[in-house]
Amino acid sequence: MEFIMPAFACAAVVFGIIKRVPVFDVFLKGAKEGIMLIYNIAPTLIGLVFAVDLLRSSGAVESLCELIRPAAEALGFPAEIVPMVLLRPVSGSGSTALLTALYQDCGPDSFAGRVASVLAGSSETTFYAIAVYFGCIKIKKIRHTLFAALAADLTAVIMSIITVRLFFY
Amino acid sequence: MKFVEKSDTLLNYLWSALITLSVICSVIFGKTHNLSNALIDSGAGSLELIMTMAGILCLWSGIMKIASESGLTSVFAKLFAPVLRPLFPRLNKDSEAFESISMNISANLLGLGNAATPFGLKAMKQLHQLNGCKATASNEMVVFVVMNTASLQLLPTTLAVLRQSYGSKAPFEIIVPVWISSACALCVALILAVTLNKSPVKKLKRKRAV
Repeated sequence: MEFIMPAFACAAVVFGIIKRVPVFDVFLKGAKEGIMLIYNIAPTLIGLVFAVDLLRSSGAVESLCELIRPAAEALGFPAEIVPMVLLRPVSGSGSTALLTALYQDCGPDSFAGRVASVLAGSSETTFYAIAVYFGCIKIKKIRHTLFAALAADLTAVIMSIITVRLFFY
Repeated sequence: MKFVEKSDTLLNYLWSALITLSVICSVIFGKTHNLSNALIDSGAGSLELIMTMAGILCLWSGIMKIASESGLTSVFAKLFAPVLRPLFPRLNKDSEAFESISMNISANLLGLGNAATPFGLKAMKQLHQLNGCKATASNEMVVFVVMNTASLQLLPTTLAVLRQSYGSKAPFEIIVPVWISSACALCVALILAVTLNKSPVKKLKRKRAV
């Protein structure tokens, strides 16, 4: 699986050459957009990492985890991922901040670290996406969109635990 | 994994709540000294995180720009059109709306979040017109937005970089679990969206949209 990114990069470059795209110029244009993206998300990320760091050092996350640990462990559920599960549909940067906090505390290759990784990769900032897409045409009656989307998020939580158990343990 | 966020009311409240809650909890648990340490370390820590991500994000945006300008996204869109067809039975397969939808989905699959959103917004506007600009979401809109709230991505680049920068020995080992998990989430979302679209309670005789 480690080879997949270089292989994709190579495929994109070769396809670009065949299609007579000035690959390096286009690459530079894209890289510049990447810089702009970083520039745009940096303040948000700093602000939210700050809030999450405060929350973590206050002992609130710890206590919450201890509180739900018995129930969570009975279900085979790492208690550490609960804050992320709750924040994931609401804020992308916020859940990234929680993800890095979890990597620091448990390590990315721990059970909780792997589950959190899979969850981060397989769910999306649901409320934000719905707000953007329906907001642009000013529709408020979204019928069962939110229900179906949140059901998908719940599925992602359950499946991330199941797949990590299947693949690594 | 996207994190481009505009400030919205929700985030304003959430952020304030997090900070207030932290201060109150630190007093309750007697950890006030931790809080001031965190306040000082946090800025440096997050800047480090951003610097780690900056390099790969630029590199990968560059590669992805090649993919989109050379027309790889359109190739993907054509490949996925037959799969998307049954989800939007009332749309004409040559319609602009269907084209925008497949471009949006394939850009998402390639991890081109920035390129995907404009196609998505275009698709929504076209679906809105086809629906006669009604105030209620049409079946197609529901299915399309639900697909966008499920994370479809072939290469979770940012995630792998984050894992690596925190010392993972195999940052990409989670890729297959991610695929399986997102595929399941997507299936659940689509099944719910499609079945509820057909629910007899709200069965309105709509004319076949062009």
